[in-house]
Amino acid sequence: MAAIPWLSWLIFLPLAGGALILLIPATAERAIRSAATAVAFLELALSLPLWWRLDPREPGWQFVERHAWLPALGSTYHLGVDGISMLLALLTTVITAITVVGAYGAVEKRAKEFYALLLALEAGMLGTFFSLDLLLFYVFWEGMLIPMYLLIGVWGGPRRVYAAVKFFLYTMAGSVLMLVAILSLYFMQKNATGVSTFDLDAFYALPIPGGVQTWLFLAFAVAFAIKVPMFPLHTWLPDAHVEAPTAGSVVLAAVLLKMGTYGFLRFAMPLFPIASARFAPWIAGLAIVGIVYGALVAMVQPDLKKLVAYSSVSHLGFCMLGLYAMNAQGLAGGMIQMLNHGVSTGALFLLVGVIYERRHTREIAKFGGLWKPMPVYAAVFLVVLLSSIGLPGTNGFIGEFLVLLGAFHTEPWWAILGATGVILGAVYMLWMFQRVMFGPVTHRENETLPDLSLRERLVFAPLLLLILWIGIMPQPFLDRAQPALDRTLRLVELRSRVSHGVATGARIAPAAPGAPAPRELPAAARGEAHP
Amino acid sequence: MSALPAPLLPMDWWALGAVIALSAGVMVLMLLEFFPARPGSARGPVLALATLAAAAVSVWRVRDVARSLFGGMFLHDGFTVFFTLLFCGIGAIAVLLSWDYARRTRIDHAEYYALLLAGTLGMIVMAASNDLITIFLGLELMSLALYVMVGFRRSRLDSNEAALKYFLLGAFASGFLLYGIALLYGATGTTNLARMTEFLAASPLSGNPLLVVGGLLLLTGFAFKVAAVPFHMWTPDAYEGAPTSVTGFMAAGAKAAGFAALLRVVLHALGGANGGWSSLLSAVAMLTMTVGNVTALLQNNLKRMLAYSSIAHAGYLLIAVVTGGSDGASAALFYLAVYAVMNLGAFGVLTLLGRQQEERVTLGDLAGLGFRQPLLGLAMTFFMLSLGGIPPTAGFMAKVYLFGVAVKAGYVPLVIVGVLNSVVSVFYYLRVTVAMYMEEPPGEPVSVSWATPGVIALLACLALTLWWGLQAHALLDLAQRSVVGLM
Repeated sequence: MAAIPWLSWLIFLPLAGGALILLIPATAERAIRSAATAVAFLELALSLPLWWRLDPREPGWQFVERHAWLPALGSTYHLGVDGISMLLALLTTVITAITVVGAYGAVEKRAKEFYALLLALEAGMLGTFFSLDLLLFYVFWEGMLIPMYLLIGVWGGPRRVYAAVKFFLYTMAGSVLMLVAILSLYFMQKNATGVSTFDLDAFYALPIPGGVQTWLFLAFAVAFAIKVPMFPLHTWLPDAHVEAPTAGSVVLAAVLLKMGTYGFLRFAMPLFPIASARFAPWIAGLAIVGIVYGALVAMVQPDLKKLVAYSSVSHLGFCMLGLYAMNAQGLAGGMIQMLNHGVSTGALFLLVGVIYERRHTREIAKFGGLWKPMPVYAAVFLVVLLSSIGLPGTNGFIGEFLVLLGAFHTEPWWAILGATGVILGAVYMLWMFQRVMFGPVTHRENETLPDLSLRERLVFAPLLLLILWIGIMPQPFLDRAQPALDRTLRLVELRSRVSHGVATGARIAPAAPGAPAPRELPAAARGEAHP
Repeated sequence: MSALPAPLLPMDWWALGAVIALSAGVMVLMLLEFFPARPGSARGPVLALATLAAAAVSVWRVRDVARSLFGGMFLHDGFTVFFTLLFCGIGAIAVLLSWDYARRTRIDHAEYYALLLAGTLGMIVMAASNDLITIFLGLELMSLALYVMVGFRRSRLDSNEAALKYFLLGAFASGFLLYGIALLYGATGTTNLARMTEFLAASPLSGNPLLVVGGLLLLTGFAFKVAAVPFHMWTPDAYEGAPTSVTGFMAAGAKAAGFAALLRVVLHALGGANGGWSSLLSAVAMLTMTVGNVTALLQNNLKRMLAYSSIAHAGYLLIAVVTGGSDGASAALFYLAVYAVMNLGAFGVLTLLGRQQEERVTLGDLAGLGFRQPLLGLAMTFFMLSLGGIPPTAGFMAKVYLFGVAVKAGYVPLVIVGVLNSVVSVFYYLRVTVAMYMEEPPGEPVSVSWATPGVIALLACLALTLWWGLQAHALLDLAQRSVVGLM
């Protein structure tokens, strides 16, 4: 395992593949498509072993790679995965592969640049999930904006430039303050230990006084909250989604938004547990507002894609509610909900893309009675939609149930208010489905719409499989995420105990009152016993 | 000088090699004009390149020795070596960019390259000076060369206007500087920076009005040269009117030279952040960043936009000056090197645009360029991202390091203003990519005048912009070692 730098391969393969695609002449469209597909599936194949070879009993980092990068600053090229990032990385590779195939018909101009950027985006996303060095993380986090910005801006809809620039500026505005916070952490660490490092493990072992935590937490939280996006920082999302090409929307919804929740889970919560606890009611409150608001706004959208975009705001609210319940069920629910949203909303955007390719409109009013000409399409749509609503037997149910369970443990009111979102979700989704699929065919153009082609069926098959698999048998997923989630919770608890009343510069050593064992925290923080 | 200067050792000759080579190059270029060149001859740029290479090699040979020459007026230390190499590099890239551009726009007289070398020489003298008089000498040498170069397209009105404006305001600034030097001499009895430091350390003169006014006037002079607010008014006009290759040279070189002298004076003689200047400089830094970035938002002419962006970058660099100490100095050095590369790259792309004499430097001219000229588009994109401080480019690393040392020194509010400003700046840098990739040209698309030397310069800038973004260790290390002797 140590012999092959698995994670580096995963990051650099799509980059190299993308560069190769750029060398193919622009007229050879078939060659470009095949090359992109080959790279994406090779990447997927390369990522699958993570699922088997990740030791589920080991909570710490695995597949660790570590090389000097900027010794003058103490920053290292430090990669590793645990259960959380492994699942998200797999989600990334699966969704990218599906997107590449799904985009065959949609990309009409400049195909090679499109696929190259899509693959570069994949590399950036994987790098973000794998980085265990905060500076490296930031490089990937922000560098990834460039391909997404270009995807929206070049291949998007009529208002694409506005949407692309808004997306870029919003995200960047949030993250620059996080950079200042990272630098502050870095010097806090340097003052406390004399070691200059951006290593996440080192920060996990650094006690931070409560007052300082507040500011640092806010800087991190705003960056992540914009990405999630949490109400009221979500306004870039509908624009970006509506204007982006289908592939962009799918990747944006399925993976990019997860970076926000991942950031909370990996950085904001364990690094600043006291501040997290202090702001938990606020975050949960905003999450609930997001759930209800997203659902209500989705209900009145005339545009299918906008409806799905606002449903994302609502669903991501569930993720955040689960995470900030700060207990085992909530975290597990939040985690599963991240995967669910990736699969279901990704599928919804693809489905919207399918009829957009055929009719070049997304207005709900332009459709009706689609079940007759497109029965397979409608059936697929129904399954995905039910999963999005959270029908038992589909993945959505597992996630929402665990989230609400966790929220109920912490604060029953959260669960009660959050549950209204489930009902509202059913309302807007089913109403939309009724208007689009049922009844007589209201527009003559729709009578002859072709049903899903073989390629499209193949695109949706794995997504349907995942919907049912997670819905019926979530245990393999939970098993893999659980140790890492438990470790996060343990870190939160321990760090909040040792950080209480600690003066700046002190070191976790002789155990704060009540800490179980003096050495447990560093051990828990490192946890990279695996060879 | 009352005492006779000490005899020069062989290593001193090497250390002075850059100054000697450049002076010789200037004279040879001027003399050669008496022998008419064949049409299409490239002897001007070739000779200039050779001179710059000789200068760089000569200083590189004795990079590890520290010497004080001419009675302490000229220092040869890590700082001087760093800046000499930087200025030679900037000069070389400017020559490569001018090669075809100057010929195309009919300004490829020998004087052009002679002035370019003279300007480089002035910059080197500024960085190497340990005495206010020599700093002034270098500054004037650089400025006079630049005044002429800005107005080099003498048949064009805007070029003349730019030169005149630059000259008049520059003359005022020189006056301020000289007056400041005089007052400081009156207060401390010396113009030598080292002796001034000693004197100020020993005497409780910190509140003396003579010293304060002298220091303020001195800072005013420097603020003009580095284009800090409120002494930035000349920048957009001079940048716009000057030939594009000159703009690039001026933006990268004059700024670095101004900061080199400013660092020597403020951090060394005036006692750095402890001298009571930090709050004033902080205010200037905040103002400079904000005014530069906000005004740049409104520009449609890329040369003007980059002019305001260069004002903003002066603001970021002032953060490093405020931070002070070896941290601040090394951050400034690092930033200046990165800034030179990415900025020359951006201007370099502009020099390739347009046929013959036409100047195609508005945002509209770039429309659709990204897909028609992939290499040019890619290069410009990376230069813009780097100027905006977005990874994985050198500009990001430079900002991280600069903001990092400021956070370390406790200037968090200043850093927050800085990072928010960089978000503002990204908006106008993105407008360039929007034009290149997301718009179609309304009329005839801009034609590109490909030229091998220009492409070589662009590739060099691009490679360094990316390399320092991915692996900045070597440059960082060099910057840190170069300031060791400074404090």
